[in-house]
Amino acid sequence: MHISEGILSGPVLLSGAALAAVGTGIGLKSLDYDRIARAGILAASFFVASLIHVPIGPSSVHLLLNGIVGLLLGWGAVPALLVALLLQGVLFQFGGITTLGVNTVIMAAPAVIAYYLFGPWARRPDAIGMAAAFLVGFCSVLLSGVIAAAALMLTGEGFLEVAGLILAAHIPVMVIEGIVTLFCVMFLRKVQPSLLDHR
Amino acid sequence: MISEDFAVGTSPVHRIDPRLRVVAATVFSFLCAVCNRFEPLLLCLVMAATLPLLARLELRRVLRRLLLVNGLILFLWAVLPLTTGGSPVLNIGPAVVTKEGLLLSARITLKSNAIFLALIALMATQSVGTLGHALNRLKVPGKLVHLLLITYRYVFVLEQEYLRLVRAARVRCFTPQTRIHTYRTYAYLIGMLFVRAAVRAERVHQAMICRGFSGRFHSLKEFSFTGVDFAWAAIIAIVLLAAGWLEWIAAI
Repeated sequence: MHISEGILSGPVLLSGAALAAVGTGIGLKSLDYDRIARAGILAASFFVASLIHVPIGPSSVHLLLNGIVGLLLGWGAVPALLVALLLQGVLFQFGGITTLGVNTVIMAAPAVIAYYLFGPWARRPDAIGMAAAFLVGFCSVLLSGVIAAAALMLTGEGFLEVAGLILAAHIPVMVIEGIVTLFCVMFLRKVQPSLLDHR
Repeated sequence: MISEDFAVGTSPVHRIDPRLRVVAATVFSFLCAVCNRFEPLLLCLVMAATLPLLARLELRRVLRRLLLVNGLILFLWAVLPLTTGGSPVLNIGPAVVTKEGLLLSARITLKSNAIFLALIALMATQSVGTLGHALNRLKVPGKLVHLLLITYRYVFVLEQEYLRLVRAARVRCFTPQTRIHTYRTYAYLIGMLFVRAAVRAERVHQAMICRGFSGRFHSLKEFSFTGVDFAWAAIIAIVLLAAGWLEWIAAI
């Protein structure tokens, strides 16, 4: 999910950039050079995986996957998502330089929040773990939508309806993202549990 | 397929010092984003529209991406004129189209297109590898550049990996449908992508240490700021100052 260039107002863009810079600073501090290779390659796989379109009824949606990136990288998710968004900007011109900060906040804040809220639970091999894994996906998309809507509404009151429409359009994405994250976490727990507890 | 369509070329724009292109694109984008009057925005759009021509980019591809950008703008045109308060121009049943809403939509259209064109002409005309080294010279934190370069290096590898997994699924008669089986398959596929990425990261890291990696990528590329670059910098600065001036005289 990202907001295009040219829509948001200057103050919103600047506060987004400032927040993203702080988050990136914390994230980079938590990544030593031993873990940067892993963060980079996970960012690359996130970039590739977010190109996947999953069918829903007659249409299709593409996955955000920021929740699971947060689960795997913690604070490191902020620089990883920043880099992935920068690559999207340079390679596809989706988003750009001025919105890089805001878009990083939109994607990365939910990732970090999901990591702290559900991370400790999502590793459990029972029903609670499954619920937590679902919520990682569901809530991270929900939060992304809320932050995007807030950014639009802070720009101008005329965007209220646009923001509402964007949030409404993401409700099916939340459910699908929750399901996919749930299965994905179950899979990782079976195949390579060490990925999930990187502390 | 992910590809860098515009990165290679011999045009005047491709030969501008990458550092100057990064700085120019950044300043230009922010200026466009904060301008609110039509004169400076039009000036910016004209400049931004000239750049892809000077860069001799394949126009069909530029236009295709331009259409994609404007798809979203069309959506805003459908909503904003109705939801922005102001003086009514037109009544369609219960809905009121306002002048302010129309102006806002027009402004966003100009900004989006100008920033998009500048981005494609200045940023997409260098490979991300070059961009990384340019950012490094511009004092962006080394770790972040390192992360960018590693991500860029492995995006293509992992895309191949992903396509391989999709092919394997298709060979086993997988057709995407709206049902839980599809979502589970995609989830396992993504999980497998992460697992393979992590294993690969481990190997890459070991290989880098074997080769004496100490936390710094050394670039063999030397950037040189030539006289032509000075001329470009001057032209871009003049246009940007003119746009800023146009915006400013309206404010007083």
